[in-house]
Amino acid sequence: MDRFAWASGLLEINETLVIQQRGVRLYDGEEKVKFDTGVLLLSTHRLIWRDQKNHECCIAMPLSQIIFIEEQAAGIGKSAKIVVHLHLAPSNKEPGPFQSSKYSYIKLSFKEHGQIEFYRRLSEEMTQRRWENMPVSETIQITRGPQAGRTRAVGIVGIERKLEEKRKETDKNISEAFEDLSKLMEKAKEMVELSKLIANKIKEKQGDITEDETIRFKSYLLSMGIANPVTRETHGSGTHYHMQLAKQLAGILQAPLEERGGIMSLTEVYCLVNRARGLELLSPEDLVNACKMLETLKLPLRLRMFDSGVMVIELQSHNEEEMVASALETVSEKGSLTAEEFAKLVGMSVLLAKERLFLAEKMGHLCRDDSVEGLRFYPNLFMTQC
Amino acid sequence: MHRRGVGAGAIAKRKLAEAKYKERGTVLAEDQLAQMSKQLDMFKTNLEEFASKHKQEIRKNPQFRVQFQDMCATIGVDPLASGKGFWSEMLGVGDFYYELGVQIIEVCLALKHRNGGLITLEELHQQVLKGRGKFAQDVSQDDLIRAIKKLKVLGSGFGIIPVGGTYLIQSVPAELNMDHTVVLQLAEKKGYVTVSEIKSSLKWEVERAKQVLEHLLKEGMAWLDTQAPGESQYWLPALFTELHSQEITAEEAKEAIP
Repeated sequence: MDRFAWASGLLEINETLVIQQRGVRLYDGEEKVKFDTGVLLLSTHRLIWRDQKNHECCIAMPLSQIIFIEEQAAGIGKSAKIVVHLHLAPSNKEPGPFQSSKYSYIKLSFKEHGQIEFYRRLSEEMTQRRWENMPVSETIQITRGPQAGRTRAVGIVGIERKLEEKRKETDKNISEAFEDLSKLMEKAKEMVELSKLIANKIKEKQGDITEDETIRFKSYLLSMGIANPVTRETHGSGTHYHMQLAKQLAGILQAPLEERGGIMSLTEVYCLVNRARGLELLSPEDLVNACKMLETLKLPLRLRMFDSGVMVIELQSHNEEEMVASALETVSEKGSLTAEEFAKLVGMSVLLAKERLFLAEKMGHLCRDDSVEGLRFYPNLFMTQC
Repeated sequence: MHRRGVGAGAIAKRKLAEAKYKERGTVLAEDQLAQMSKQLDMFKTNLEEFASKHKQEIRKNPQFRVQFQDMCATIGVDPLASGKGFWSEMLGVGDFYYELGVQIIEVCLALKHRNGGLITLEELHQQVLKGRGKFAQDVSQDDLIRAIKKLKVLGSGFGIIPVGGTYLIQSVPAELNMDHTVVLQLAEKKGYVTVSEIKSSLKWEVERAKQVLEHLLKEGMAWLDTQAPGESQYWLPALFTELHSQEITAEEAKEAIP
């Protein structure tokens, strides 16, 4: 730890911040030191540590001091660490917190994670050694006093000071928000525990729970964002909310579906519905859960999944198999077509055009020619002319 | 001094209480559901209080959002599962991510003809920020990843592939197995890859390398340069970050949805 020098934490002109991580504790070799909770900053030139509670306390070390680094995995009750092996401190090093050390390495302990990314970036900097190409002055003391060509440095120092103060202010707000968040999460955790208890009871008492009670329970889970642990499907995985939503969707989507030839991908529906809503948007899961209920509710739309996993909404009156017949005609007229060409001709999205051609192929009407030039479909002459 | 809870008398009392509890235990869910309902109301109030103080923090601060999401994950809660959830309704987190999902879909669709449905997280980030305009809230790469994870459930092939130090986002239902992913990762350094590079780095036979490259070509995710000095080069337009000539505007992105 004697390689560190006191620093202001402000960056030099050619120095850029690479990554920073909160919640880092420092070790002198194997021994903990008083620097136990800080923000660790990696710049192109230095490793900087600043105390989270007392921002005046800031130390830094040039990256050129580092010989090599290694990772130390987390253990039970122990955070993941990076071990940094160091050259001896130069004789002209600026004063720091330690005059001497019996260790030639330090450890960075990541109490709030972030070790993986930090290690990666530090390794990169060690490889690139950007500090060799972009020399900066050793300390700010040297740059004080206006000199021609140095006035820029003073101006930037002023700006950085303002940013520093803003950071302190933000940090303070964050700490309060974070504390409140932790308390809130404790309460949320209680809700999760309670829901597990109830879920277990429901599993044990398979017959004795009423439909109504199950639906109520599901809606409680929905409000809290807890995954439904009860696999028994009554009305699908949906709740009253999803049933209402399904009915709404049937109303909203009728016209757009008719405009698009009776079929739309679920992604298109997601965008359409949410753009129209503007506020109180649907989550992707809400949409899927609502659509799963369309058939049971006997609405004029249905959800359909193709072999590829692509999901679409179709009008009940839409018959994809019939569309295949007309697709065959179109392809025959042109001799052969790729999905893109077909999509353009018919006015569909490429995604759905592909699915229709695949379906036609599955039904034996089309044949594929798969080459590096693309996937092309031909009428299946093996069927008709053999 | 009167000490509670010790002595034979207390033990007997406890045993009696336990037995009674077991009996009541069979009277089940109605009681507990009622309890949950009450606790839920209380929680809602706590959340409202939290929201009134810190809603802005979540909106404006990507770091705080990460903390929030991580904590939710730790306790087993998904704040983005439903727009009807408390988190979404009171903190507004839902709308933020669901709208981001729409913007991601639009950008991917607009650029698909060029990159075959593969795009780096960086480029996606840039394009989304552009589409949002200067007065919109800041969006981090972590935000994008979370939004994309939610989009997977729509079945249109959204996937996240780690390459180099970053991620490639897949937005088409093309099948990409381990072999394809590994070749993408190899190509990440220079933006292209050759058969010999695959042979020497991955120790594969020529046939296997060629199969993977041809699949990427067919999907439109790779372009073939036969005029490269030496042997043919397979370029990935998704990795062309510095070489953009075409940029899309927000209007073009919207029009891309049929």
